[in-house]
Amino acid sequence: MSRLNDANIKLAREIIARYPRPKSALIPLLHLSQEQNGYITREAMQHLGELVGVTSAEVYGTASFYEMFKFEPVGKYLINICGTMSCALMGAHELMHHAEKKLGIKAGGTTTDGVFTLAHAECQAACTEAPTLQVNYRYRLRVTPDDLDRLIDNLRDGKLNEEFPPHGVLSKVRQSIDASRAVGAKAPEDVNESPVWLDGKAAL
Amino acid sequence: MTIVDPIKEAAPVDPNVVNITINDKPVVARKGELIIAAADRTEDFIPRFCYHPRMSPVGMCRQCLVEVETPRGPMMVVSCMTPVAEGQVVRTATDGVKKAQEGVLELLLANHPLDCPVCDKGGECPLQDQAFSHGPGESRFVEEKRHYEKPIAISDIVYLDRERCILCDRCTRFADEVAGDALITFTSRGNDTQVLTFPDEPFSSYFSGNTVQICPVGALTAKPYRFKARPWDLEQTESTCTSCSVGCRTVVQSSRDELVRYQGVDIDPVNWGWLCDRGRYNFESVNSPDRLTSPLMKNGSELVATSWSVALENAARMIRLALAQSTNNVAILGGARGTNEDAFAWAMLADKLGINQRDAQLGDGLSPEVFNLAQATIDETCAAKTIILLAPDVKEELPVLYLRLRDAAQKRKSRIIEFSSRNSGLTPYVWRTVGFEPGNQAQIVREALATPEMKEQIARGEVVVVVGRSNLAESEVFTLQALGEVLSAVPSAKVLPVLRRGNVRGAVAAGLTPKDNSGDAIDILNAAAAGKIECLILLGVDPMADVADSGLVQRAFTQVKNVISIDTMINSSNRNADLVLPAAAYGEKAGTTTNLEGRISNVAQKITPRGTSRPDWMIATELSIALGVDIGVSSLEDLNEKLVNSVVAFAPSSDAKSTHGDGVLMARETPVTISGVASKVTDRNAYNYRLVVSRTMYDSAQSTIASPSLAGIITEAAIFVNPLDLARIGVTEGANVRVGADGTNIVIAIKADNGINRGTAWLPFNHTGVDIRPLLNIASDVVDVRIEPIK
Ligand code: SF4
Ligand code: SF4
Ligand code: FES
Ligand code: FES
Repeated sequence: MSRLNDANIKLAREIIARYPRPKSALIPLLHLSQEQNGYITREAMQHLGELVGVTSAEVYGTASFYEMFKFEPVGKYLINICGTMSCALMGAHELMHHAEKKLGIKAGGTTTDGVFTLAHAECQAACTEAPTLQVNYRYRLRVTPDDLDRLIDNLRDGKLNEEFPPHGVLSKVRQSIDASRAVGAKAPEDVNESPVWLDGKAAL
Repeated sequence: MTIVDPIKEAAPVDPNVVNITINDKPVVARKGELIIAAADRTEDFIPRFCYHPRMSPVGMCRQCLVEVETPRGPMMVVSCMTPVAEGQVVRTATDGVKKAQEGVLELLLANHPLDCPVCDKGGECPLQDQAFSHGPGESRFVEEKRHYEKPIAISDIVYLDRERCILCDRCTRFADEVAGDALITFTSRGNDTQVLTFPDEPFSSYFSGNTVQICPVGALTAKPYRFKARPWDLEQTESTCTSCSVGCRTVVQSSRDELVRYQGVDIDPVNWGWLCDRGRYNFESVNSPDRLTSPLMKNGSELVATSWSVALENAARMIRLALAQSTNNVAILGGARGTNEDAFAWAMLADKLGINQRDAQLGDGLSPEVFNLAQATIDETCAAKTIILLAPDVKEELPVLYLRLRDAAQKRKSRIIEFSSRNSGLTPYVWRTVGFEPGNQAQIVREALATPEMKEQIARGEVVVVVGRSNLAESEVFTLQALGEVLSAVPSAKVLPVLRRGNVRGAVAAGLTPKDNSGDAIDILNAAAAGKIECLILLGVDPMADVADSGLVQRAFTQVKNVISIDTMINSSNRNADLVLPAAAYGEKAGTTTNLEGRISNVAQKITPRGTSRPDWMIATELSIALGVDIGVSSLEDLNEKLVNSVVAFAPSSDAKSTHGDGVLMARETPVTISGVASKVTDRNAYNYRLVVSRTMYDSAQSTIASPSLAGIITEAAIFVNPLDLARIGVTEGANVRVGADGTNIVIAIKADNGINRGTAWLPFNHTGVDIRPLLNIASDVVDVRIEPIK
């Protein structure tokens, strides 16, 4: 079952209600579905289309624009090793080779036990701390081959569960917004009052 | 002393007019108009790929760059996104502009495969043309180009070659914005951006052919035309589609005397350049190997080829023999497939012979009195504040009218009130949908229109009622009653009658409709079944397949002594005819046709009629001579002259030129009002289901079956009910059930459909597999059926 489960459908409805148009909720819903399944399945895209009233093609069009949505199963831990200039100068390629040897896969592949996926990444905006990598988009900086070995072992042994939730989980603490603070179901063209920040008094 | 003229007041400046100059020449533009649209009225062509006048601008391709004067000097803007402004100075061919346009083209060509020699678009390709007119001539790009799998089928009809695509967003915009079928979309990003469908969900839009026509490169091609011809070999002529009564303007193209393609032509009052796929691709049936090439006459139990002289002689003999006893012994069915002239020639012949029983409608139409109510055009309908639908599913039956109505609802803010027994293609776009069970629509309409909300809406301005037959298993009376209710609630409402058959309005106006209160098609069939008709003439109709009540038709055909059929192919009705006269098909004959709003426009001949087939009017003329009652027609022009002089409705088309382009509206009679019709419907037994039977775009119509590209799209017959009823019947989706009415049973697959109310069941008409017509009985006002699981 890779459509949203009942609990997530409920959550999806809540998220949809925060936007003036249902389809505006598509990106958060894609994250929700990736959190549930680890990647974006076809059935999930069809389901999201039903939920927000667009075609599956439109869901796919939106989702495929973003690198962080995966359409194939991804390991529980997605390791992105930066290969851009600063990191390259500081040994990123060697680090990648080391990771490939350690995990027994090539960059872009997933280990047979489904735990690790290894991937190249472009600059992760932490160049002063090169070489860098991310595990499920959480940083590790100035990584040496030894660090990498330890990291992989600890991940496999479940010692880092606290820090690294499985791929797809954006944050462990789910943001919530009080219904009274939701923007409301008004489409932009129906909004007549000026935005709050233009109105001096309201801003005070 | 000099006399001074009083100072003239300055003419008020029209706020809707904006004066600009393009290349130093003054141009008058409309307020809010885009520079590129204003320039299109001048000699100066601005190159473009993504801009399309019928869709919202997106500025995707950047080919339309021009310079606009600003206080800080000339500025480069995309002319398809920049509106005109008073005093604006636009230059479209400065050195800067040329450099920019060449630059954009060089980039567009960087990844373009340049496989023009094997590309269908070559020779009529905007990319090719504009690379010549506005391109750099040479590319500096020597790197490997991007590669994709060469064409992938994105539907049964359309192929996509992503290497050729320049990402102009025309096809995807059309699918989403115009057709409402966003089944193709841009996927991925940057260098990987490509048009795709969702995996395994094809671009099965009724309007997919339009994307092929507007794609500015050869990225989208359509199966029926792929590798068939080269543009420079094509001959073409403008015409009007008669596959349904919308009457879209087309250009008919042929190569070596064979039809190879229709393209939409943009006329303002009707189709805006769009066509539906059925109308666009059923030209294949004209080329069908099954076309009749010579008259056929019954010899024993077989039809054998014969000469025209023998055939006409025999036809005359059969008719004379039947007429010898009574003029009521002969009847003519059909005529809606032909031109106005065809219908008129047959009507003249019928007049001469005293045959009053004739009908171009087949019991599923509207009484001609509806045409005498205050009429609305398509434009008037789409501009109305309120549009009331008492009509069949317009998307299925009158596809391009659906595009217009959808546009009215989406962009023009017309509000549509839909009365219907099941959801239609328009339902997602209507303001209110009011459901009814077949038979009680009049009451529902009366109650609905009396609510304060509806009253308020109706008071907002013009109201147009779109009226047609939404259910073949329901008496016409209910539609007329419901229409009567609308007109009594809104006496000022205008009416747009929507009848499906191509030229039904023209045929009726030209005289192929019951004369002197004689019976309509159903009465004719009843009379035939009672043995009272000796000779039945079929003018391009197939009642066996096309009349809802197949039992009646069968009884009629077994009783009739002689059947004379004028048709393009053998079908279920003329298979056992005594005489079949081969008729010229669409594209093989000229004349005029009349669309559902009464617009008369020309249909053109492009190719020679197959074999010895000839137009219906010519057959009528020759038959009249064989019968010794010459209708005195010597040529098409002569016939047309007679038509416009003797039938007032056609008078406005007396100048042949008026039927070109936009065409011309029929003369409208002084509107009458509809007289009340009363009838009551029996209550439905709670265990039964009331039937809705209606047509879909792809059914087993002859022109669809005989078009190989379309034939495969027709779906298997099935019965559709509300998902809750599925549970009540105790079956699962797809199971076979027994459907019974009046002692007749059929076995058919059942499917769930959320758009149907409980207690109602929908049967699409004329699909493949199971024949559903035995269930239908035209004598009953509504049809209730039992649905039982099969143990
Ligand atoms: S396929 Fe054709 S119409 Fe569609 S985006 Fe590409 S070039 Fe434009
Ligand atoms: S909508 Fe009707 S007239 Fe227009 S292209 Fe389709 S079949 Fe032809
Ligand atoms: S180069 Fe690796 S983080 Fe910037
Ligand atoms: S035509 Fe203006 S950007 Fe494409």
